[in-house]
Amino acid sequence: MLTAADAIQAPSLSLGALAPLLFVFGAACIGVLVEAFAPRDVRHPVQVAVALVGTLGGLVTTLLLAGDRTVTAAGALAVDGAAIFLQATIAGLGALSILLFAERALDPARSTFVAAAAVPAGSPRDRELLTAERVQTEVYPLATFAIGGMMLFVASNDLLIMFVALEVLSLPLYLICGLARRRRLLSQEAAVKYFLLGAFASAFFLYGLALVYGSTGSIRFSDIRESAGAGGTDVLLVLGLALLIVGLMFKASVAPFHAWTPDVYQGAPTPVTAFMAACTKVAAFGAILRLLYVAFGTSEWTWRPLVYGIAIVSMVVGAVLGLTQTDLKRMLAYSSIAHAGFLLTGVIGFGGGADGQSSGLGGTMFYLLAYGLTTLGAFAVLTLVRDGDGEATHLSQWAGLARRSPLTAAVMGLFLLALAGIPLTSGFTGKFAVFRAAIDDGAWPLVVVALLASAVAAFYYLRVLVLMYFSEPAADGPTVGVPGLPTTIVLAVTVTATVVLGVVPGAVLDLAEQAARFVG
Amino acid sequence: MSLTHYLVLAAILFTIGAVGVLVRRNAIVVFMCVELMLNSVNLTLVTFARANGTVDGQIMAFFVMVVAAAEVVVGLAIIMSIYRTRRSASVDDANLLKY
Repeated sequence: MLTAADAIQAPSLSLGALAPLLFVFGAACIGVLVEAFAPRDVRHPVQVAVALVGTLGGLVTTLLLAGDRTVTAAGALAVDGAAIFLQATIAGLGALSILLFAERALDPARSTFVAAAAVPAGSPRDRELLTAERVQTEVYPLATFAIGGMMLFVASNDLLIMFVALEVLSLPLYLICGLARRRRLLSQEAAVKYFLLGAFASAFFLYGLALVYGSTGSIRFSDIRESAGAGGTDVLLVLGLALLIVGLMFKASVAPFHAWTPDVYQGAPTPVTAFMAACTKVAAFGAILRLLYVAFGTSEWTWRPLVYGIAIVSMVVGAVLGLTQTDLKRMLAYSSIAHAGFLLTGVIGFGGGADGQSSGLGGTMFYLLAYGLTTLGAFAVLTLVRDGDGEATHLSQWAGLARRSPLTAAVMGLFLLALAGIPLTSGFTGKFAVFRAAIDDGAWPLVVVALLASAVAAFYYLRVLVLMYFSEPAADGPTVGVPGLPTTIVLAVTVTATVVLGVVPGAVLDLAEQAARFVG
Repeated sequence: MSLTHYLVLAAILFTIGAVGVLVRRNAIVVFMCVELMLNSVNLTLVTFARANGTVDGQIMAFFVMVVAAAEVVVGLAIIMSIYRTRRSASVDDANLLKY
């Protein structure tokens, strides 16, 4: 006969290993309280401060954890090299995104975010509030919750925690997508699309979880690895894995699960787009890597052909459809789809060593860091170029920008070159790392496709450069705003990182290689 | 009835939900179809828990319910905000973003 005390034993929690998560989630909860109790006129600065302290605190605590390898919370969380590296990346990029959110100097409307989300778009009250000082400050706790969810996502060691983290990161994102101050209809439409498709994808993930549970009797990654490695060709397990991959690839905006990406990237407020492009990508790939390498690392044949095919589709779709875009935000969305394909090339280069180290893992993590910083910077530049109706994102409006503002054009040019993967930028080093891992693992046909796709994609990045430097500026073209302190910090950090990771990548690359170990 | 019947029923419900998401036009109905998919997963989880003789699956079903409830809150808020502006919850009318 079991007594209650026997049946329920408190799991051992290593608070040290959980400190980064506690920091970020704690800041998010404090943000909710601030929203409830602080007077409206002080809320904005207080919320920004709380969110920054939370994310930077998360960053510092992850850095202090470096070298730790523990499985904690009854085996539900794995805090290992890869988790710590990715958590630090997410917290850092998250802090930069919060800074972008906090920019108030650029727009005469005083903020990118709506003053009161409940007021119907286009109503007289809405027009009145367009230039109001007030902001829907809930975006800061929401973003902090999303960052916490992402950090949990990359450390989750069982499927249920992974699902909960997926929802914790997604639900706030759906909401903040719909909170733009200008072009509110587009923004709300983006939120609806993202929400409906996101919920659809997470239902697939969940069904995959149920099938894997039915097949192996467990959702713990170590147990799944044992069952999968035991050699049965269990249809249920493979089907479940395929559904899990669909759910995760959706979040990573990999073609053919990319349908939402261009619309949501275009409709969402630009700082939110930057946040999604950088942080969500890192989190989703962190989860993909952990799922495939830890739970299915011994049965590579189950996922390799699938991921191989998806990588090719994603690179081709991103590169080819990107060519036809006339809106910069949509173009960067297709660029993000193509980059997701390149990242999957690194995932294919698994090359699992005996001690759990993998060159593909190190390369992919470096790529995620480099790409996250570059894309965040590129979207930050987009917030600077404005006309009377907010951001000027149409390509034709960028003609001759170099004459109006040489510095802005130069910074954007640097980011575009990095996205294209030109040597001496971080993009080149990242691509080199993932392609080398894939070739080491014998996937050279994939690398050939990747190189061709890079060449095609380079065309549309260079087209923007040509437009900025060699076209006549239009008479009534956009103006380039003078950024306030937050955006200046973001641009300085991202430009520095893009150059440094391109010219002297050795130290960070070594760090990523050393961190590239999962604990099962 | 064997446990397989429940699994097949859950698979059918999941398929109905997935097809509904793809063919229905009202955002609320689309959302209900997603909820149907989540609930079919619950049925699957509980059935597998019974088959394995453990309670893990039933506990997971609780997690799924909680998450689904949170999703309803967020989803209805978003759909309401767009309905107030457009007086329509049809996903076909939301067509400003394309190409």
